[in-house]
Amino acid sequence: MSKFIRLKKGFNINLAGKAEKKIAEVEQPGTFAYKPTSFQGILRPKLMVAEGDNVKAGTPILFDKKNEEVKHVAPVSGEVVEIRRGEKRKLLEVVILADKKIEYEKFDSHSVSDLTGLSKEQVIETMLKSGVWPNLIQRPYGIIADHNVTPKAIFISAFDSNPLAPDYQLLFKGQDQYFQAGIDLLKKLTPGAIHLNVDANAEVSQVFAHTKNVELNKFSGPHPAGNVGVQIHHLDPINKGEVVWTINPYGVIQIGKLFLEGIYDASKVIAVTGSEVKQPQYYKTYLGASVKRFLEGNVNGGKLRYISGNVLTGEKISTEGHLGFFDHMVTVIPEGDHYELFGWIKPSPNKFSFQRAFGLLSYLNPNKEYVIDTNTKGQPRAFVQTGVFERVLPMDILPTHLIKAILAEDFDDMEALGIYEVIEEDLALCEFVDVSKHDVQEIVRTGLDLMQYS
Amino acid sequence: MKFLRDALDSVKPHFEKGGKWEKFYYIYEAHDTLLFAPKDTTKTKGVQIRDAIDMKRLMMTVIISLIPCLLFAIYNTGYQHFLAIGQPEAGLIDMLWIGLIKVIPIVAISYISGLTVEFIFATIRKHEVNEGFLVSGMLIPLVMPPDIPLWQVALGTIFAVIIAKEAFGGTGMNILNVALTARAFLYFAYPGQISGDVWTYIGSANEAVAGFTGATPLSIGAEAVTNGKNVVASLNAYGEGWADGLFSFSNLFWGFYPGSIGATSVFMCLIGAVVLFITGVGSWKIVVSVFAGAYGMGLLCNVIGANAFMELPAHYHLVMGGLAFGAVYMATDPVSAAQTELGKWIYGILIGVLTVLIRVFNPAYPEGIMLAILFMNVFAPLIDYYVVNANKKRRLQRATV
Repeated sequence: MSKFIRLKKGFNINLAGKAEKKIAEVEQPGTFAYKPTSFQGILRPKLMVAEGDNVKAGTPILFDKKNEEVKHVAPVSGEVVEIRRGEKRKLLEVVILADKKIEYEKFDSHSVSDLTGLSKEQVIETMLKSGVWPNLIQRPYGIIADHNVTPKAIFISAFDSNPLAPDYQLLFKGQDQYFQAGIDLLKKLTPGAIHLNVDANAEVSQVFAHTKNVELNKFSGPHPAGNVGVQIHHLDPINKGEVVWTINPYGVIQIGKLFLEGIYDASKVIAVTGSEVKQPQYYKTYLGASVKRFLEGNVNGGKLRYISGNVLTGEKISTEGHLGFFDHMVTVIPEGDHYELFGWIKPSPNKFSFQRAFGLLSYLNPNKEYVIDTNTKGQPRAFVQTGVFERVLPMDILPTHLIKAILAEDFDDMEALGIYEVIEEDLALCEFVDVSKHDVQEIVRTGLDLMQYS
Repeated sequence: MKFLRDALDSVKPHFEKGGKWEKFYYIYEAHDTLLFAPKDTTKTKGVQIRDAIDMKRLMMTVIISLIPCLLFAIYNTGYQHFLAIGQPEAGLIDMLWIGLIKVIPIVAISYISGLTVEFIFATIRKHEVNEGFLVSGMLIPLVMPPDIPLWQVALGTIFAVIIAKEAFGGTGMNILNVALTARAFLYFAYPGQISGDVWTYIGSANEAVAGFTGATPLSIGAEAVTNGKNVVASLNAYGEGWADGLFSFSNLFWGFYPGSIGATSVFMCLIGAVVLFITGVGSWKIVVSVFAGAYGMGLLCNVIGANAFMELPAHYHLVMGGLAFGAVYMATDPVSAAQTELGKWIYGILIGVLTVLIRVFNPAYPEGIMLAILFMNVFAPLIDYYVVNANKKRRLQRATV
């Protein structure tokens, strides 16, 4: 039942600063942070630790009051040095000063053959208390999966098509055994299929090539072909009332390791990328790492923006900021807070655009790597142009009409136009290409919140 | 250019909140952003980089695509003038001069009156001055007769901007195409100055040559409905002695005949269309389908053949009057057109069909394209409604299978 799906719509943003395919050695950063803001729908986080407490990797540090069983745990061992809050005391980060040698909380470990004997309930219970559960994301809404619900299928995108995205082959090298164990465990949670979706245009990584118990689907096409939402749409779309789960291969490996080794292992490989990074390459570190150690002395001068994640869906962080829960990369690009004389009409081969309006010449040079700064390159306007969003969204969804339905808070229309099938990242390219500079992703989240909470 | 930036920055505080000209902030802002692309950066969350396109560039692309039509308009206005007064041997400079003194004031009045309204509304409503009028302001003069009184241009423009656009909330919210609303308003309010013998500038000091009737190809067609003469023969016969072949098929294509200032040349419109297609700013689907709809309806009329105009070969419909100009520049207005891709095909075809229908069945309004586009502007949301519904139904059916 494996499928080959060729997508035509979409757009690759070819940025300068791709990471060289090697994992460099560097002293581990001092601090790591757990950010509840990486997740949607954690409305009332309750802390289980205070500043000064010592934790191990896998020690619960917080939970959501509305979802108490799901424990969020410390990625590394060490001392909780800061609990950062934002406006209205919103919890932003739990910062941990890491020990030199990571100590782990002990969970039950099993041999590979033992795994088959575990019941669904045992698996869920262990996953909930050990901190690996938040890897499971539920669609619709893109929130942490509800363990009381059985999803109709689980989807794993085994490649990232975002700008400067890290190569999963490098990220998950040598983790085959844990990945397979994770898949076998997840298989207990759904009566449906586990879809493992790989890039048809690249060699399939060893980690994924021989995985059993999955349907291996191939996707070809420009970004957002690697977005799991797009893949779901073409494999087994979400209808009203249905629930599917998605998980990144990193989460699957964490689950496998938890059951085989009995530890919550938050080590991960990250890509340090972007036009302003002197030596863009990969580093081995842990979840929530401070980016300071990787970028100090490794960036060009001038005003820069540090982004946890990629340039389409990422979040601006400070020079000492920490990576988000799901992020495997940090991107550094120039800030664009400067005026440009007649910038709105001046023709330039260095301006990058999906479109070809007067003076925008990047379409003539598709293989060039561009340096793009954070300037908005225009001001917000009402919707004028039509037919462009549709060209970057490879789904049978009318993005303009969906966005307008959300703005009008028309619940029936939102539902009928397919809001259950998308989350922010799926329409990120629409936001990029929008001539009217709408905050499309923010609008999509507003719509999802409306559907979910009212 | 630092001194310019410094100058702007030094007056900026006066326009900001608490400044003495606080009310006029958006007027200042419009000029500032016209000179300098602003320094705004992307937000903390959401996309961190943006596409280099913006509304100003989009609108300017349309204006650039109009340049061939504008230049041709200036030449042709002068050329028709000298043809009609029997001096076709007049020099190019003379022709351009006449063209310039007729066309430039109309363009200027259109922009001045329209932008004034835009600035007033931006100030009252406290929003940025929208770029939409940059295009409307150029389209309006090009669909006027050369001899139109300037006060009518101003009145029509002001009416269109207020009633067709600002009343609905500004650029992006309007239902009707602004430029066509201006023309339609003048057409019904002052028919004496925008229909009949107005399509050539003669000038009070001059006499028209013998044989000059002020006819246009469409008025000849309309007459054929009652007098039953073969339209092609009448077209070919017109201008004999003082402007041979004025209404021949090839001359209609090139555009050297009297009509709306900038809308006569199919050739120039096609150059503009190529610009719009290459830049992706205008929908080729709409343009192609308008032509296809008009041609198809022309063929159908040939089959029925109830009157002499209906027997006109279908390809003539594509080069007469403003069909090409309307198809390329008016029908493609993304705001008033259908917004779904399938809808664009339907919308375009119906414009073409309606244009020919109005031409051959309703001699009271010889030019069908204006009313056809306005009519379909009104129906575009309905077309979209059904296209969107089809999408919704597909999703529902998927759920029940």
